[in-house]
Amino acid sequence: MRIDVNQPRPAPAAAASAMSRRVVRVTESAPVRWALTAAALGFTFLFLLLPLASVVVQAFAAGLDTYLSALADPDTLSAIRLTVIVALIAVALNVVFGVAAAWCIARFTFRGRNLLVTLIDVPFSVSPVIAGMVQVLLFGLRGWLGPLLQQHDLRVVFALPGIVLATVFVTLPFVARELIPLMEEQGAEEEEAAISLGASGWQTFLRVTLPNLRWGLLYGVLLCNARAMGEFGAVSVVSGHIRGATNTMPLQVEILFNDYQIEAAFAVASLLALLALVTLGAKLLLEWRHASELAATRRR
Amino acid sequence: MTQAGWISGWRKPSVLPGFGPALGTTLAYLSLFVIIPLGAMVLTTFAHGWADFVGAVLQPRVLAAFRVTLLCAFGAAALCALFGLLLAWVLVRYPFPGHRLVDAAVDLPFALPTAVAGIALTSLYAPNGWIGALLAPLGIQVAFTPLGILVALTFVGLPFVVRTVQPVLQDLEREQEEASAILGATRLQTFTRVIMPALAPALLTGFAMALARGLGEYGSVIFIAGNKPMVSEIVPLLIVIELEQFNYAGAAAIGTLMLAVAFVLLFAINRLQRWTRLQHAD
Amino acid sequence: MARNTALTRRATLARGAAAVLPVVLRPATGHARGRVEIMNVSYDPTRELYKDINAAFARAWAAQADTDVTVRMSHGGSGAQARSVIDGLDADVVTLALAYDIDAIAQAGRLSRNWQSRLPDNSAPYTSTIVFLVRKGNPKAIRDWGDLVRPDVQVVTPNPKTSGGARWNFLAAYAWALDQNGGSDDKAMGYMRRLLKNVPVLDIGARGATITFTRRGIGDVLLAWENEAFLAIAEAGGNKFDIVVPSSSILAEPPVAVVDQVVDRKGTRKVAEAYLQFLYTPEGQELCARRFYRPRLEAVARKYEDRFPKLELLTIDGKFGGWTRAQARFFDNGGVFDQVYRPGG
Repeated sequence: MRIDVNQPRPAPAAAASAMSRRVVRVTESAPVRWALTAAALGFTFLFLLLPLASVVVQAFAAGLDTYLSALADPDTLSAIRLTVIVALIAVALNVVFGVAAAWCIARFTFRGRNLLVTLIDVPFSVSPVIAGMVQVLLFGLRGWLGPLLQQHDLRVVFALPGIVLATVFVTLPFVARELIPLMEEQGAEEEEAAISLGASGWQTFLRVTLPNLRWGLLYGVLLCNARAMGEFGAVSVVSGHIRGATNTMPLQVEILFNDYQIEAAFAVASLLALLALVTLGAKLLLEWRHASELAATRRR
Repeated sequence: MTQAGWISGWRKPSVLPGFGPALGTTLAYLSLFVIIPLGAMVLTTFAHGWADFVGAVLQPRVLAAFRVTLLCAFGAAALCALFGLLLAWVLVRYPFPGHRLVDAAVDLPFALPTAVAGIALTSLYAPNGWIGALLAPLGIQVAFTPLGILVALTFVGLPFVVRTVQPVLQDLEREQEEASAILGATRLQTFTRVIMPALAPALLTGFAMALARGLGEYGSVIFIAGNKPMVSEIVPLLIVIELEQFNYAGAAAIGTLMLAVAFVLLFAINRLQRWTRLQHAD
Repeated sequence: MARNTALTRRATLARGAAAVLPVVLRPATGHARGRVEIMNVSYDPTRELYKDINAAFARAWAAQADTDVTVRMSHGGSGAQARSVIDGLDADVVTLALAYDIDAIAQAGRLSRNWQSRLPDNSAPYTSTIVFLVRKGNPKAIRDWGDLVRPDVQVVTPNPKTSGGARWNFLAAYAWALDQNGGSDDKAMGYMRRLLKNVPVLDIGARGATITFTRRGIGDVLLAWENEAFLAIAEAGGNKFDIVVPSSSILAEPPVAVVDQVVDRKGTRKVAEAYLQFLYTPEGQELCARRFYRPRLEAVARKYEDRFPKLELLTIDGKFGGWTRAQARFFDNGGVFDQVYRPGG
């Protein structure tokens, strides 16, 4: 089905022009192709890879020792810990939500289904700053529930719960958005067969649905986790910036930057960049090994 | 395990169980994390009536921030569409060494925390940065001008276009292009008359998604923008500033207006995606 | 200067080694195992000062009480920090850039409205002023406020809407312009309009503006806290910047206060009050002076006399009738700042 004119050949220009005389031309002339490829490569390098490189270069600008001692700073360690805790909670919650949402949206047809899909997308297009502000409006001391919380000596904003709430808000669509198209693509036949053969709902879910979903789920978890660990705007509003307590890694980057510890700031930033690279690597691996199962999620 | 009769009125019957609990979980979760918080914001906005909302939003500084944000987000989305199409095209049509690497790099803005992107872009484009130093003799300053916002938003929005256009381009049937060529069309004509119409819905969807993302973006922009009121101050920053001036109603009012804009965009995106899927199904 | 950073780093490590790092779900409660923890919510440029103060206070406190004290810090723009405390950030003490921000906290009911009379010197244990930081050798020959409106000069200052320091900058410039023009507000506003036209970047906080000027190479002159200007020179290393002292400036009195609602609930009033009083002791004053904050104590002031240039210092109370009035007139929505800030115009 694919026409082979643009396979890489030892002498692409000659081959292509020779072919274009024999076959009809369904690709561009060699110079155009080269120009476009060069433009795309240049753009990728200048625009996408150079920022990454600059982070790494500046992180190690003062040498490996400075880099390591920057990461061993107790405030930085606490930021790393908090970031991991918040991401774990947010991802776990969003997995449960994503599976539930995908089950009712992809397996059933009901009125209001489209509205539900739109609602799931809302956090995606609302500014993260708003995600933080609404927590303050609700749980701040002058907010709707703030006084009640204070009576019971409970903290939400400027503590872990507020940071988790803001992070969950921002990352809410990620898992659901991966699973819904995947489940729609797969169809309900297998599950219907299992049910009609007498399996219970949970058995069907655990033995049929989940195994089919696992790679898509992992994919969603990866993206959700990357965003959860990297969220800045939402967390910045609700964190209170207490050093060694409520600063996440992105906030710690900003703080170190403002403390004239530029190398340390870039050291923490390089950890976040590493997280991005690991995410991309894992994603690449998934796509390579499970391309067909994941193809659906790309067609959103 | 079949659902109670009252449900069947608004949903198609299915042999699969678990609709009730799944929908219940979904709605409870959405309410807790999205609907109630956003509702609190809208209620805070209108607690003192419509006039206060209009008054808060019609201030010149707020309007200027909306203008800057919309213009930059539109410009960035257009750049994303241009370069996203280029990248998707090259990735799908021209195999070259390092193809996989470039494909993976496209997702970098998804995975890189926005604050890190902001600091990195600022240090690159500042007048004494790697790129800024090259542009400075030409009299072009990117960091601390609206141009900087454009760069940051383009960075953040690029993957949306590539990832929506790429699969459509992959599935595009080459027969139509062949037919067009056999009928005597030049390659450019084939591109504009055959390929582009097929790609348009996906390209528009990607554009709209990049636009939606750009409107709300905060972390990467505040580092590079310069944050001058009326010139390079974006709406999310203005919300933060209003909060810091203890003006909660004003912050909530601006937030509510942004929410409304986001809803309109989401609606448009969903319509576009349905269109894409229909075209795709042909 | 290199030694300076090394010391700072060592201080951080030492502090960190002693600190346990609980993730705060519930606020730390009182005197667990002979330890007490208080939180100081402060503004941007005091990071280095309170690093020193906290270590010294911990030693002084341990010597005379049977508990160890850890002071947690939160830094940010003064207004942003006040907002957090109003919204429930559990600050035992606040040490902010201007009285207006602590007044706002008092208005929200979190501390007594008479807070400013509870400690000596208007509750401001140290003072500062606004000076100019210019590039080495002062290539643009900037000598006084009048030079800032020259068309060839670019001025870096943070946004007065979000930064306490920037409000001091604004009022210092305005006060000078008033004196130059025989008290004409119209002419002073004209001066401010021309000054703001020369501002290429308005950062959110004072520290952000300093970094824009020093690291990004933007602008010819930075309007900065005196202590921030000295610190910037030290941090930059080498001889990259000079300080220019204008003919007149403003007397900045960054105030401190105990947040009653928090200390009474946590039972930390005693240590919180001791912490603020420590700032007024000779040892505390000496630490302030070393970080280039002007000490109140006569003896310490004399000792460090030569590091603080003499200039005419105007007060907010004398010139603008206090912070509440100055804030409403200059910085609230629709105020003088909004009227004179017309970029591109």
